[in-house]
Formats: sequence, structure tokens, C-alpha cells
Amino acid sequence: MSSSLKQDIILAGVGGQGILSIAFIIDNAALKEGFAIKQAEVHGMAQRGGAVQSHLRLSKNKIWSDLIPRGEADLVLSVEPLEALRYVDYLHPRGRIVTSSSPFVNIPDYPLQESVLERIRKFEGSVIVDSEALAKAAGTSRAQNTVMLGAASKYLIVKPESLVEFIRVLFAPRGEKVLEPNLRAFELGRKAAG
Amino acid sequence: MAKEILLGDEAVALGAVHAGLSAGYSYPGTPATEVMEYLIRVSKGGSLFTAAWSVNEKTAFEEALGTSFAGKRALVSMKHVGLNVAADPFMSASLTGANGGFVVVAADDPSMHSSQNEQDSRFFAQFAQIPCFEPADHQEAYDLTREAYDLSENMRIPVMLRLTTRLSHSRGGVETREPRPKNSLKPGARECWTLLPTNARVLFKKVLDQQAAFVRHSETTPFNRLEMNSGGRTLGIIASGIGYNYVMENLRGAASPPPVLKISAYPLPESLIRRLVEHVGTVLVVEEGYPLIERAVKGMFGIHGKTVLGRLSGDLPLAGELTPETVRAALHEPPRERQALADFKLAGRPPQLCVGCPHADTLKALNDALDGVETATVFSDIGCYTLGWFPPYSAVDTCVCMGASVGMAKGAAEAGIHPAVAVIGDSTFGHSGITPLLSAAAFNTNMVLIVLDNGTVAMTGGQPSFATGERLLRIIEGVGVAKDHIRVITPLPKFHAQNVRTLKDEIAYPGLSVIVAVRECLEEAKKKNRRAE
Repeated sequence: MSSSLKQDIILAGVGGQGILSIAFIIDNAALKEGFAIKQAEVHGMAQRGGAVQSHLRLSKNKIWSDLIPRGEADLVLSVEPLEALRYVDYLHPRGRIVTSSSPFVNIPDYPLQESVLERIRKFEGSVIVDSEALAKAAGTSRAQNTVMLGAASKYLIVKPESLVEFIRVLFAPRGEKVLEPNLRAFELGRKAAG
Repeated sequence: MAKEILLGDEAVALGAVHAGLSAGYSYPGTPATEVMEYLIRVSKGGSLFTAAWSVNEKTAFEEALGTSFAGKRALVSMKHVGLNVAADPFMSASLTGANGGFVVVAADDPSMHSSQNEQDSRFFAQFAQIPCFEPADHQEAYDLTREAYDLSENMRIPVMLRLTTRLSHSRGGVETREPRPKNSLKPGARECWTLLPTNARVLFKKVLDQQAAFVRHSETTPFNRLEMNSGGRTLGIIASGIGYNYVMENLRGAASPPPVLKISAYPLPESLIRRLVEHVGTVLVVEEGYPLIERAVKGMFGIHGKTVLGRLSGDLPLAGELTPETVRAALHEPPRERQALADFKLAGRPPQLCVGCPHADTLKALNDALDGVETATVFSDIGCYTLGWFPPYSAVDTCVCMGASVGMAKGAAEAGIHPAVAVIGDSTFGHSGITPLLSAAAFNTNMVLIVLDNGTVAMTGGQPSFATGERLLRIIEGVGVAKDHIRVITPLPKFHAQNVRTLKDEIAYPGLSVIVAVRECLEEAKKKNRRAE
């Protein structure tokens, strides 16, 4: 599992939280650094406010399965804490959770936030980041996904410079007003991951 | 040439473009939507080739067939159940054959992530007796699409390209090759395209005579490969499409991997299967979808002295898509070590209507209008509003296929159900709701049809609707619904009481009423705002 040759990442969140933007940035950074990639994602009905996930596989060798086998994921990267827990059975025994602490409550039986965070902390090495506060500090609450990408960048096998390059590619067309807060969000997330 | 990251759907689309595509047609449907989205994106506003949404899959198929008739290369793409809608022209297109290369892309959705069933389109290819390609990865999606155009023109036959959700909606790298130019105009011969019995008998015979050549193609194409490996004579594996990836994932690092026959082209490569079966004692068939290969290999009575395993034998689940884990278990490998949530109760998060969705307001008004009416039945249809089945709405009682709401409400009303209310979106109405409404109008059936006009195909990401706004109203009037009983409402909380009254009035009317609830999809409004920024 964890070697510089491959990395398997589950991206998690709720439809509309921008996990496919995170995937786009990691995919392209990885491709630039000479990795093969496969990235399975969710479209259609399941996207409507429901749990969404993307399986992101990076490797210097041939990647067979589009889905990450359960027990192979090096990282669960989640923009929402409850969603981080949904995919822990994909985690390798030495795999890690990097998640936002900000709940997205759109279901009646959402558990107490503290009980969710407490459960996440029980997984060794887990990293919990207040993406909502940091995104606001960066200038837009919509950049929570970029905060989480920044936090995860500490553990990704692609270089942070490559990630930043594709943050620019993705957000520059939407103007400085969108790009600048996202660049700040990435840095704040990265710092918060310790 | 360049390496690009593409969705499986996009790799197919680009393969078609580079094969010299003149026109592509489609109706949106998960997981096939992105084939056409990509074609539209790269068509430079239609200046390079035609790329257009159609009113439904049958229309799309016939438009593409017209392109092929004209001698040019055509593509039609749809989800698996879309092929049911297009089945009429599809089944006869093997007789007309292809003049310009014709590729039918069918994207199946095993596990029903976003579908009402999980039918396997390979059976349709078998039914029509045409070749079918099933790529295992993105590169093959591109390469096989190009190959499909060659085969289609060499054999003058439509070729199916079958995808499944995991490839359609997975991204991967694709090496592209030099594009080739489009065909010039060269209409087909009229005796090949006029399926009068006298011509059709000749043409059907031709298709039957071609079958051996199709099998020979399957036996010689590099996309079907028998890898003998070093794994002895005990177990052999036949794996098709995406199933091959799960097999290889689990054989990674195996000291002596068993022989594997990879299948990506149909009809089945008989000689390759025979070689594998003769070599080993047990054959495990790993295929995404129904057990098509397994049943063919096993036959009704099995093969003497051999064991055939797969979905039928219970070694793999009979329903749902394959996963790396189910295939691992079929290979008798122990599960990988992993982390576990243990005793934490994980709340589910099913898909739901967006906050402020116009459908929610219509469904709330409908619930109030029908409050206390025990016999009321709401026949729903395919679209976001089907999510009205879930609490807090619990507003709909049926959902079967595109347009079924209208015909079912009529049949149920005639069987004695009252009130019978049908609920359908504008695009689904255009797709398959007009003809059953014509029927209901002809009989002035005692039912209410509610058309939710949000101006878009919302569930699949906002493709254009053809039966919206003024045109929608003119269609409803045109099929013969009495003008007094065509009512337009605005589904907003502030009009709730008024909307409930309108619904109640029309439910009380002993004949056919149509209520059109007009308010733009929120997602589409947001997109427009973003573009305006």
C-alpha cells in the first residue's frame, strides 16, 4: 500500500460539495507527474443531495479496477464528517482519514456532531479540519473543498506545487474573485493539517 | 498523439469523432448522458459535425439511421432502457444494415444506481444478431469505437458498443490517434432500405449468412485474448468488459495466475472458448450484467467432466454490479484486511429534491388536495420528482418507465380508480407522454395529468427540453384536451392555497384535465446566474 508508487483515495461528501473539483485537481497534478489515474465517480439521481463518493487511484504502474478494493485505500478525504465514516471499510489498516468537521445536515436522523468527530478520532492518524471557518477566512464559504484539498496535500503523493497549478487552471477562468480565495483556502487547509 | 483524461463515455465520443463522425443523436439518461455532452462540447457549435439531443431514443436512433443511409458515419447513444424505446428501429436496422458506419452506444446501469431495472444490452445485440463491443477500460473505449466504425462499414452492419456505469463514469487516460476525414454523401440502395416483405426476406437471409463472419471477427480481433499464463489446468477464467479489471486486480502479484480469456467483442469467440474449456477442469465466468456468456458456455445440461461457475452457480451474485470484493470471493481469495466502523450507527443519506425545488411545492399542493381521499392514486414518471416517493412527501404511488404515468392513469381510471392523477415532467412528457395523452383525450378519461414544466431535463444535469413553455401548452391543446381544463399554476409557497383549489376543482371534474405547473429548475436558474456573472 503506501509507497510513492501508488495511492488510492476515497473522496467523500454530499452532492454539490465539489468533490469532483478536488478530483479534477488531483487527477491532473498526478498525470503531470507521470502517474496513471483512474477515477470512478457518481452522476445522475444519486447526486441530488445524497451521499457521493469518488474512487481516485494513482499509480506508476497499470491500474486495473476502477473501484478501490475494500482495504486498499490509503486515504479517505471527506468534505463532511459523517460522510468520512461511510467509507472506512475501504481503508487499509494503516490508511488515514482527512475530513472536515463541518456537518452538512439535510437528514432528520443526523447524529450529534461531537459523536461523529469522536468516532473519527478513534481512527489512528485522522486529521480533522474546520473547513467552514477556514473557507470563510479565505474569503468564501464555497471553498471548503479546496481547504480540504490543502489539508490532504500533506499526505498526497503529488507535489503541492502541482496541485496549486491545477487550482489555477480550474478557477482562473472564473476570475480573480474566485481564484484568490481558493489559493488562500488551499494554504490555510495545508497549515491546519499540522 | 496526446494523452487525455476522459470519462469512459467521453472516450467513446472522441473515438467516434476521430473515426470521422458526421452526426450523433441521443436522449439524456444516466450513465450515457456524457457521450452526447462531450460531442456537443467538441462539435464547435455543430460546425465540425452534428451533435444534438433528440426528443427520445427512438427519434435519435432514426435520425442516426438517416445519417447512415446518407453514407455518413453516425452515432446514437442511450442508456439501457432507452434502447427499449428505440427497439423498433434497432431490430430492423440489422436488416437495412449500415451504409455509413453506424455505432449504437448502450450504457447499462447494473445495481440500478440511477435506473428502474438492470437489463443487459448484450442480449439486444444478440437478439438483433449484430456485433457488440464491450470495452474494459478507457483506452479500449476509444480504440473499440474506432474499430466499431471499421467493422460497421466493412460488414455493412450496425455495431453496438456496450458500456456499464463503472466505465461510463470513470475517468482514465486515453492515447488518441490521427483523426480521419468524414465520408461524403452517398445514399443507400433503395432495395436495402425498404423493408417490404419481399426485400426484408432477402436482407434477413443476408444477416443470417453474415453470422459466421462475425464470429470469425471475434476470434481474430486482438480485443479478445486468451492469456494461457502459467497457472496449470485446474481453473480457467472467462472475463468480459469491466469484469476483466476485477479479475486482474485480484490476480495482481499471483505466483501462478490461471489462464484468462478476455472477451470484449461479440458474438462469442467460439474457438477461443473451446481452447480454454478443453485446457481446464473448471471455468469461472466473470461478466457484468446477466449471465450471457455463462449460459452459453454451460448450455442447458452443462459440459461433461467440466464445471462452469459464475452468477448462475452462485459463485457471483445474480443481481447487481460486480465489485473487486465479489470477484475476489469467487476466486477463493481471503478478504483483504481493512478498518471497520464497528458499532457506530451510520445514518443513510438518500438523494432528495433540492431545497426550494418547484416539484416540492407542486407535490405539497397535490398532497393537500388529496388529503383524506383514501382512493386517490398518483401515477408518477421518470425524473427528479420520483424522489417525491420518499418522506416527507410520500406523494407518488408508481414509477415504471418514460411516459407510463399517463397511460397507467388512464387504464387505472377505466378500471375504477378515482381520483387517478398522473405526474410527469415536461421533457418526459415530450419523450413519451404525448401519445398516451392523445389516447386519454380521445376517450375524455376521468383523470388529471400534472405536467411539471421546469424547462429542462434536470436529473441528468440540465439538457434542453423540447416540450416546454408555450409549445407544451399548444401540444396539450393540440391533442384535444378541452381548453377550459388546461390550467396553469405557479408552484410557489405563496400560491399554495390557490394551487390546492385548482387541483381540487380539476380532480372533481369528471373528464380529462391537464394542470401545467410552471417554474424553472433551481439548478438551471443558478447556472444562468453564474453565466451572467
